[in-house]
Amino acid sequence: MAEAHPVGFQWVMEAKRRGAHIIHVDPRFTRTSALADTFVPLRAGSDIAFLGGLINHVLTGGHYFHEYVAAYTNAPMIVGEEFLDTEDLDGLFSGFAEGHYDATTWHYEGSRVNASAGERDHWDELFGPGGPESPSGWEPPAGGPERAGSGGPVYRGTPELDPTLRHPRCVFQILKRHFARYTPEFVERACGVDRHRFRQVAEALVANSGRERTSAFAYAVGWTHHTVGAQYIRAASILQLLLGNIGRPGGGILALRGHASIQGSTDIPTLFDLLPGYIPMPQAHPHLDLDSFVAADSAAKGYWANMRSYLVSLLKAWWGEHAVADNDFCFDRLPRLTGDHGNFHTVMDQIDGKVRGYFVVGENPAVGTANSRQQRMGLASLDWLVVRDLNLIETATFWKDGPEVVDGETGPERIGTEVFFLPAAAHTEKDGTFTNTQRMLQWHHKAVEPVGDQRSDLWFYYHLGVRIRAKLAARQHHRGPRQRRRDRAVLELTWNYPTEGEIAEPSAAAVLREINGVDEAGNALSAYTQLRSDGSTRCGCWIYCGVYAGEVNRAARRRPGQEQSWVAPEWGWAWPANRRLLYNRASADPRGNPWSTHKAYVWWDPERRRWTGHDVPDFDAATPPDHEPGPDAVGPEALRGDEPFVMQSDGRAWLYAPTGMVDGPLPTHYEPQESPLSNPLHRVQRNPARQLYPRPENPYQPSGAEPGSEVFPYVFTTFRLTEHHTAGGMSRWLPHLSELAPAMFVEVSPEVAEQRGLVHGQWATVVTARAAIEARVLVTPRMRPLRLGGTVLHQIGLPWHWGPNGLSTGDAANELIGVALDPNVHIMETKAGTCDILAGRRPRGRQLHRLLADYRRRAGITDLTGTTRVEDTARSEGSGEDEGGEHDER
Amino acid sequence: MSDDALNRLSGPLADPSREAGYPAQHPPRVGFFTDTSVCIGCKACEVACKEWNLLPEDGLELTGMSYDNTGGLGASTWRHVAFVEQRIDPASRARVDLGMPGMGGSTVPEAEESGELRWLMSSDVCKHCTHAACLDVCPTGALFRSEHGTVVVQDEVCNGCGYCVPACPYGVIDVRPSDGGAFKCTLCQDRLGEGLAPACATACPTESIQYGPLEELRQRAQHRLEQLHEQGISEARLYGHEPDDGVGGDGAFFLLLDEPEVYGLPPDPVVTTRDLPTMALCAAGAAVAAAAAVVGCFWGGGR
Amino acid sequence: MREWLRWPVLRQITGEDPLGRGRAARSRRTDTERARTAESDAVVGSVCPYCAVGCAQRVYVRDGAVTQIEGDPDSPVSRGRLCPKGAASRSLVTSPSRESRVRYRRPYGTEWEDLDLDTALDMIAERVIRTRDETWESTDENGAALNRTMGVASLGGATLDNEENYLMKKLYTALGAIQIENQARI
Repeated sequence: MAEAHPVGFQWVMEAKRRGAHIIHVDPRFTRTSALADTFVPLRAGSDIAFLGGLINHVLTGGHYFHEYVAAYTNAPMIVGEEFLDTEDLDGLFSGFAEGHYDATTWHYEGSRVNASAGERDHWDELFGPGGPESPSGWEPPAGGPERAGSGGPVYRGTPELDPTLRHPRCVFQILKRHFARYTPEFVERACGVDRHRFRQVAEALVANSGRERTSAFAYAVGWTHHTVGAQYIRAASILQLLLGNIGRPGGGILALRGHASIQGSTDIPTLFDLLPGYIPMPQAHPHLDLDSFVAADSAAKGYWANMRSYLVSLLKAWWGEHAVADNDFCFDRLPRLTGDHGNFHTVMDQIDGKVRGYFVVGENPAVGTANSRQQRMGLASLDWLVVRDLNLIETATFWKDGPEVVDGETGPERIGTEVFFLPAAAHTEKDGTFTNTQRMLQWHHKAVEPVGDQRSDLWFYYHLGVRIRAKLAARQHHRGPRQRRRDRAVLELTWNYPTEGEIAEPSAAAVLREINGVDEAGNALSAYTQLRSDGSTRCGCWIYCGVYAGEVNRAARRRPGQEQSWVAPEWGWAWPANRRLLYNRASADPRGNPWSTHKAYVWWDPERRRWTGHDVPDFDAATPPDHEPGPDAVGPEALRGDEPFVMQSDGRAWLYAPTGMVDGPLPTHYEPQESPLSNPLHRVQRNPARQLYPRPENPYQPSGAEPGSEVFPYVFTTFRLTEHHTAGGMSRWLPHLSELAPAMFVEVSPEVAEQRGLVHGQWATVVTARAAIEARVLVTPRMRPLRLGGTVLHQIGLPWHWGPNGLSTGDAANELIGVALDPNVHIMETKAGTCDILAGRRPRGRQLHRLLADYRRRAGITDLTGTTRVEDTARSEGSGEDEGGEHDER
Repeated sequence: MSDDALNRLSGPLADPSREAGYPAQHPPRVGFFTDTSVCIGCKACEVACKEWNLLPEDGLELTGMSYDNTGGLGASTWRHVAFVEQRIDPASRARVDLGMPGMGGSTVPEAEESGELRWLMSSDVCKHCTHAACLDVCPTGALFRSEHGTVVVQDEVCNGCGYCVPACPYGVIDVRPSDGGAFKCTLCQDRLGEGLAPACATACPTESIQYGPLEELRQRAQHRLEQLHEQGISEARLYGHEPDDGVGGDGAFFLLLDEPEVYGLPPDPVVTTRDLPTMALCAAGAAVAAAAAVVGCFWGGGR
Repeated sequence: MREWLRWPVLRQITGEDPLGRGRAARSRRTDTERARTAESDAVVGSVCPYCAVGCAQRVYVRDGAVTQIEGDPDSPVSRGRLCPKGAASRSLVTSPSRESRVRYRRPYGTEWEDLDLDTALDMIAERVIRTRDETWESTDENGAALNRTMGVASLGGATLDNEENYLMKKLYTALGAIQIENQARI
């Protein structure tokens, strides 16, 4: 955190000053470790084992916050008899077949769990061939990865529960059994964390959690960039829920995000699977209409039940008066998904000639994305490419000076991509909002005009839209009926934004106001609870509704922090409803009183009969703690007064996910796609549901006990430096940053240096099956060998900021990384891989290819390497399915 | 004029600005207290300084000195963050500096026996000495004592003679080859006039660099030191805060977690012009004698 | 006369700074120099464009140019502080390395060419329309509506404003482009 978010780290230092115990867990000793009270080095890719050890410590020691857990989590829910755990099946949950899980057996007894809208593969199971006419009796299909975002999947009925948490099939007891083998000794073996140090951490965490105290977890992509990344976060959630650290001040699991508006770009998604506000993009299905799309959610409990209002208001914002009840509010104009259309998939489609045009806007995949060569191959296969950036980044110049061109493998005369480089305006040259890592929108004002052809992306997309619409409008009489029909989605789009100045810059405030939404009279809405499903409201992103309440741009509020309470509600605006702490109803006990005076945040005021406190309560302000909904209540009205997790369909936080995750209801330790070790927990080596793309340019390496894995004996992890930013587009061109970290380097321990004859300050070459890169050697005791049982494991660290352009240059670490993805979110594994390292610079040209070919040959790499789903060397007899030898085929 | 004319180049001096001719109601002496125990080594100070003072880049060399690629203070680098990697012997708690790891022999310790690591970070800067030799030796008046008690170079006056460079006991000031002038931290003299804090202290995320009236900073530092000692961090110490040290106390002083040498700071800096008054008296006597001799020659010659 | 009175030696002899190390040594520029931020035409509230902490910035402008960017001490998030990247924001936005003209590379071309912005926008619009027409998918093999093009993809958004992402998603969705991604996933 001190490395990548130094200014955020001031609050950690503030906490430390007040006596907080700071624990840093990381494969590398970083600047954060230097300031922490306790540093815990661990093996990259073993965090679930570590967190599982902590969960086990909490459960077996009875350190959980019983009242919180029993009341606010699904610990008492009883799971159906058919469910089998990884502990029963030696590494698989029940329902695994052909590389995928069917989650049917994971559900609660007495309830049905539905995947949400747009779940194409299971639509018929969900609704039957006749569509969603009889909401009762739906079968529970597996949750798919492309379902809705922020709410949990839906379930109906009343699951049986045991408030004593003693029933052998209640979630609590399942958890206990599931994590029972995650002992300190196991943690030592799996993570390389000394058991005494582990105990210190466990004891510190437990001592600082409970009624009077809270602990917080902060993480970044060190947790998410794994083939089992989403389950890392699930593991932290389980731990924090057991300790009562969610929804309470000083608690939480804080994602430290790495771009100014990376949160905003998820909320208002430039993501394939989402519409604004985490509404899923619809999947292709013959019977899909608006009713059936929202039906899965509409009869449920919690705020997702109002999805129809959110979606209709969005469609009204986009197609205005053309969106009416009779035409399903233009729902059929939304393009349909047919699976994963994430960036890796898209790039492989580019290579295969299926994608012709590509916009790259403020991103640098030619060096910034895993398996960069694959990315450049995609770029070289396009008909046309538009790059918008401040500087001539590698993605814009790949055809001229990319590694393949420099190496003579190809040349500009062989690359047919037409490239448009459009210079972008900087943040000081445009109005607009960023949403920070705390979900807070902050307005930045335009300070100066951009120069020359520099333009904001707002300008570009607005004027591109204007241009396309004008061209299409002018050509309507030449176009066929089907073309004209599809053109209506473009021509009838609301696209009238006021512009200002010489360059006709569209008004960002007008766009933000559209995002906020308006009522029938055209007045700005003030809360998403005002949204209606009858078409009388328009709203571009329901969770942002209220940012323009009272016609005031609340994101631009800058009331000085020193003039406000510590929650500082009048600086910027946080979604939803300007709440600064989500699920804060959980900061009070079921009766509405703060768990402790010390940790009071929001509470029920019996005099005024309202929820009150330091923040906007994340609960209907007038619903008393003892509220019991009527039997027919749906949506928010169906929430009891003591159910704080208002976006979940049961108002409870999920320790166990009966659906929604495609790789299991509980986190389990799996090895990374490429690991030098065999899974110490069970026979299934890797996440069996991980997403793989075996292709010539994306070979995988042998792992664990597979022959050839010894060819890549070192674990590598990638990291950021405070001196640079992501793939360097905003830092490698600046002298004052480049001089601080002027060259690509690799961090190795003195032991690795000795093994491989690496000399401090000289060059080293790092090799994987995909690539070899060179870097200067930094020998440092901050990299230390780990002892895992009888094995000593060596790790090396690779910063990933570099590329060949700019002032500070070097090879890109991303060249080394294969594309193997988490199946829930399609995120690649950059944080744990295996490699070899050699002294000296890498070879060039043909010799480089020869080196790589030699490594692949020595490791015995084929198309099938690394694609095994379930190892067939069963350790115990009769332990469930044996799916050995299955492979992903594309 | 002060009575202790002979001592004005060394020893305690309550008010260097008054000494330098500013009226009694001049602003209080200000400075930096750099608390290295909370430094995260982010180098925001280096960048903020360069951005404000429009300093050029100082070389794109990977030095191999841990994360320090600036190397030291110089004409174009007025804040410099040092990084020191140490291994702490678990038995003796002795600290072993690891200057150039990997260069040594084969005595590689086993993972578990290698003990704890410590990574010290410290942002160095001009000390704005109470007795500043750079200023004393400057023949052009380019260096001067400001009303805030700081020591500032005036670029337009400096002729680049470089006398100040060896005079500095800390090796701070340097001549920039590209334009021949001597440069160093001005404590953002231009900002102080507007009531702004220096750029480095403004940016510092963790308040490792604290700016303020020197007296207040000294008290704050004393308090922080006591706090750390209470926490058992007995190696914490102040550096440059004593008015009776070799430079009469620094305007920029530090809380360190090890010996000053570990951070590249001289353990006992002495103003290089300490003996100048005595030497000057001797020189003056000699000059009088020489002048008399010359005059005598003329006299003689005139005869 | 006044100039003559500023002569350091004279000030040194006549003033309270007999050794000429302080007041007497000050140049005219030193006496008149002000912080450049004090001479700004405007101070504009902004937000750091690097990571997602969201440190507030103050952008100082003079004669239509950014002269300085500093942390805004009023922010309850950052309290006026910046990291090295945030502190380098002035360099970022005023960098001479920034391109200010459209660059165009024709298929199989070996060099960049000039192209005016209006023509570039027009050419891009034509390519979008043509690609969309040529790659349009109305229905899948089961007859389910697709209403999309798989011929146009987009990457980027995490460094952009919400308003920009909104217009991107809105326009792409209306055009039927679905392969829209950003750094939030990768």
